[in-house]
Amino acid sequence: MSTTAEKKAGFGSVLWDYLTTVDHKKIAILYLVAGLFFFILGGLQAMLIRIQLIAPDNEFISAQFYNEVLTMHGTTMIFLAAMPLIFALMNAVLPLQIGARDVAFPFINSLGFWLFFFGGIFLNISWFAGGAPDVGWTAYAPLSLFSESHGVDYYSIGLQITGFGTLMGGINFIVTVVNMRAPGMTYMRMPLFTWTSFIASVLILFAFPALTVGLFLLTFDRLFGGNFFDPEMGGNVIIWEHLFWIFGHPEVYILILPAFGVFSEIIPTFSKKRLFGYSSMVFATILIAFLGFMVWAHHMFTVGLGPIANSIFAVATMAIAVPTGIKIFNWLFTMWGGSIRLTSPMVMALGFIPTFTIGGMTGVMLASAAADFQYHDTYFVVAHFHYVIVGGTVLGIFAGIIYWWPKMFGTMLNEKLNHWFFWLFFIGFHLTFFFQHFLGLMGMPRRYWKFLPDQGLDLFNLISTIGAFGMAIGTIIFLINVVMTQMKGEKVSGDPWDARTLEWAIPSPPPFYNFKQEPLVRGLDALWVEKMQGNGKIQPAEPLGDIHMPNRSFVPFVISLGLFIAGFGVMYQGAMWILAAIGFGTTAGAMLYRSVKDDIGYHVHKEELEEEGDGSNG
Amino acid sequence: MKGWMTRFKAVMALTVMALILSGCGEPFLSTLQPRGEGAAMLLELIILSTVIMLFVFVVVMAIYIYVVIKFRQKEGQEDFIPKQTEGSHALETLWTVIPIILLLILAVPTVQYTFTFADVNNPEVSQEGEELDQIWIDVTGKQYWWHFEYEGLDITTSQEIYIPTDRRVYLSMISDDVIHSFWVPSIQGKMDVNPTGNRNEMWLQADEEGVYWGKCAELCGPSHSLMDFKVIAVSPGEFEEWVEDMQGVTGEEEPETTTAQAGQETFEENCLSCHAVGSSPNKVGPNLTNFADRDKLAGVFDMTEENLFEWIDTKGEEMKPGNLMVDAPYDLNEEEINQVIEYLMTLSPSEVTPESADNGVYIDSDLSDLFPEEEEEDAEESEEDEETDENDEE
Amino acid sequence: MAEDVLKSGNLPENPERATLEGRNKFMGFWFFLGGETVLFASLFGTYLALRNSSVDGPTGEEIFGLGLVFLMTVILLTSSLTSVYAMYHMKNNDFKKMQLWLGITVLLGFAFLGLEIYEFVHYVNDYGFGFTTSAFSTAFYSLVGFHGAHVAFGLVWIISLMIRNHKRGLNLYNAPKFYIASLYWHFIDVVWVFIFTVVYLMGKVG
Repeated sequence: MSTTAEKKAGFGSVLWDYLTTVDHKKIAILYLVAGLFFFILGGLQAMLIRIQLIAPDNEFISAQFYNEVLTMHGTTMIFLAAMPLIFALMNAVLPLQIGARDVAFPFINSLGFWLFFFGGIFLNISWFAGGAPDVGWTAYAPLSLFSESHGVDYYSIGLQITGFGTLMGGINFIVTVVNMRAPGMTYMRMPLFTWTSFIASVLILFAFPALTVGLFLLTFDRLFGGNFFDPEMGGNVIIWEHLFWIFGHPEVYILILPAFGVFSEIIPTFSKKRLFGYSSMVFATILIAFLGFMVWAHHMFTVGLGPIANSIFAVATMAIAVPTGIKIFNWLFTMWGGSIRLTSPMVMALGFIPTFTIGGMTGVMLASAAADFQYHDTYFVVAHFHYVIVGGTVLGIFAGIIYWWPKMFGTMLNEKLNHWFFWLFFIGFHLTFFFQHFLGLMGMPRRYWKFLPDQGLDLFNLISTIGAFGMAIGTIIFLINVVMTQMKGEKVSGDPWDARTLEWAIPSPPPFYNFKQEPLVRGLDALWVEKMQGNGKIQPAEPLGDIHMPNRSFVPFVISLGLFIAGFGVMYQGAMWILAAIGFGTTAGAMLYRSVKDDIGYHVHKEELEEEGDGSNG
Repeated sequence: MKGWMTRFKAVMALTVMALILSGCGEPFLSTLQPRGEGAAMLLELIILSTVIMLFVFVVVMAIYIYVVIKFRQKEGQEDFIPKQTEGSHALETLWTVIPIILLLILAVPTVQYTFTFADVNNPEVSQEGEELDQIWIDVTGKQYWWHFEYEGLDITTSQEIYIPTDRRVYLSMISDDVIHSFWVPSIQGKMDVNPTGNRNEMWLQADEEGVYWGKCAELCGPSHSLMDFKVIAVSPGEFEEWVEDMQGVTGEEEPETTTAQAGQETFEENCLSCHAVGSSPNKVGPNLTNFADRDKLAGVFDMTEENLFEWIDTKGEEMKPGNLMVDAPYDLNEEEINQVIEYLMTLSPSEVTPESADNGVYIDSDLSDLFPEEEEEDAEESEEDEETDENDEE
Repeated sequence: MAEDVLKSGNLPENPERATLEGRNKFMGFWFFLGGETVLFASLFGTYLALRNSSVDGPTGEEIFGLGLVFLMTVILLTSSLTSVYAMYHMKNNDFKKMQLWLGITVLLGFAFLGLEIYEFVHYVNDYGFGFTTSAFSTAFYSLVGFHGAHVAFGLVWIISLMIRNHKRGLNLYNAPKFYIASLYWHFIDVVWVFIFTVVYLMGKVG
């Protein structure tokens, strides 16, 4: 963003630097900026929804526009805000936590970002091209086939491009964790954030292809006369629901597990205690991920799959509560006997625990298949998943951003404003969503453009809207804080929180090669071990030598741009096929160029390294 | 099974009180004020799970509050290093086993109820031990209204179904376009209405007479939130009367006033290709047999002549965005519309209307007259057919 | 130094896994194939759900000819074997023979693809069985077509590797590339075995 060196460098070269970077730390910043942008966009859409529902029979926005807004709110928040923000944290932190100089595939990492970015832009162009998708983020067939504008095509193609990017990111992190760990960093010494990111990446790998196929089928049906979801031609609309939720349910865990990881870093740091029950935390993470693939049909209890299927999926779903409960209690007992510092990341962790517990409780209630006949597709469900996703994922992301901000930028966000942000957001959140549980039970289905007067729904909807404004103001404070902090640019040390893990052993922000010498890891919480048993500095595992680094590349940007252009051709067809030819040609050409041109990286020489500091956090 | 259920009753009563105090919506809409067997069972399950979950929450919060108060960093002790505990097998076993037990307590009734709700094949038995005749209604969901056909009773209606309070009524549901979901919160949970060949079946049962609001619960287009319908539960005797009155409608009845007669003519010329009066398989648009008795216009609007005028005049374009009537080719002037309205307002074949659900009158019947023995039924049906044929010729 | 990886000759025993980059590629590609498995599993699931939904169009039983498909199967399986030979020669650092066997693999791949195109043309022209005929036809062409597209991509990939490297021989930089290309080719082959069984045999026998 703005280190002094870059300020001198001028805008053009900074831009080129970011367009071509393969450095995981810069890609993290790209993900962060893009993710926050889409988060604000999704937030504005949320505000439109809440204003429309402030009073019964309101005509603030039209029914059609409302459906577009609700669809884009969900799609944006899940795919374009939460996912990239999680990737931002993973990129910023994960390689540092395992003592790696970069990720396994720096080029693919960059490609993943640009695919996500162009997919997101593609999706949002729909607003200006005849209307956004209007069928809900779940895009159930055949409603998605009935939708007349090109909105759903923007949805299917945009998400397809974004999805490729996510898939690549996932594979990249899996291999990074498996192959790139520093000496001594065994699996059972990996920090929990690395563990949960690793497992989330595995989930991405096995969940996203189902979405890919679903989106292909949708595209074929809409644009090429396919019959997958056309009952007249023998098609079956339930196939979409299965594919979507085979992806969609693991997606929930992809979102929440890294947040669990963030809190599992923050709570030990600010309690000055090692994580209670580390191995059971790891085990619970794996178990949640495993069970996460067996429960997709709990989104489909009312579809009519029959009582046997419903019962099996109900019980399997309930089972997930057990490992999740283990995690909650482990966090509590990490704090037990500790020495708790109420910094803003810790306060957010403390806000997370009861909030997520409520989200988990309603989750178990929803798992009860018969009772779900009442909850399903009502505001009860809306309340539930916002408790989990906002109370878990979003709080986790913001806690993580604040916690690792010094590591990413070398500056410290203002603590006072952080607390203001948290309390406004947190209280606003509970006002918004707590009462939605009751709205649902009182008979208000979700995705309702209007609710009618005299049905007892007025008061809670009003409270909910008021709460939403609280969340909005909180977010604005956070953004002001970011701008102010970066304007001031006050540098902090490499370990401002007195933390425990490896990333805090090096300067903030870290040099582009991260570790001058490969670190030797001597236990869980590597830095803490050295603080207690050594001189507080990580021992090197190798003598100072040349460091191999990857070359920067503009190719990922071009590959993604090609698919972006091709998307329009595939959608509008006719004369526009030329765009598809140009786009696919660009992509294929760029891939071929990448394949044919040798790219073996370069070395940072020992002599240059010797001139710089000792590579520690001091 | 029943044993632990009663043990929970006391706790449940408290919870119910708490829920009522917190405001639980309107009795015709809220799941928290069940007026039928299904919703009552589901509320039991909801309360059971709430109680279990509140127990967990209280435990978590107790530890949480204790920890946060007790273990804050004390002033002057910034350098204090707490003991680095690895974990505790005993504790970890404890918080694995107890949740499993709690979940089993919830899982058993969940499975049991799931099967109960799926059961549509066991005929109910009356107190005298006789098998009750099953009423089956074919439901078709359409953007954005509902079509109902009473199987074997030769009645078609839309937007509002009448059911007797003495038994379960069975629904067989399918959609003509996109997926909808049929939900009457205060008497029964919801079920999706799918377009793909497979009909979903469920049952409805209302304990008390009343007009219950139904909602579409699956996003189906712009007017998803306006796809309301009503379930009108009346006493068995009233239901029987209603059925007989509805069966009598042929659509050929001539209204009394001349304006209405003119309206009927206009209606037949412009509207009959989509709408029908009397029993008919035509479901392009809503069946209007008892239109004037409707509680609401188009499911959500007050049944006033102004609203009706606007609807016919604008084809509901603004009132129900995205509704398919906007494609109807008719073009009526103000006078014709008023005539049609006058005609429509005569479509009130029965004394039994939504008011009958609230008037406190209870008429008993076992409804066996509606379901004559098989052979008789066939004979009567053919006679009736002949009669209607003759009428048609006239 | 960095340029070392471009020197050919004197390679270690498993050149594809001798460098960290090579190990990363090797492992990443295995994971990628894991994702591809889910992709095809989803397509198979869709196909199985719709295999009897031919409505008024022809059914699988009416159009499938096992003879042709069996020939295709044999060709593709053989190509898998020839790519194994190629990798065998790669490990023995015999670049020429590796290129030769890869060439044979590519030829067999083209033969397979040609027969598949012939098959599709035959279905469309002689049976009126097009992509839009019925839900069954859409599912059939999507599943088998996806596989065909994979074959085509694999061919382009292997050919460009062969052309790019034909002058300089094997080194630590391109050995992993050859290796994962052959891994991909095996995967395609395995998927075809499932297509042969699930689509053609089950379609014909019932």
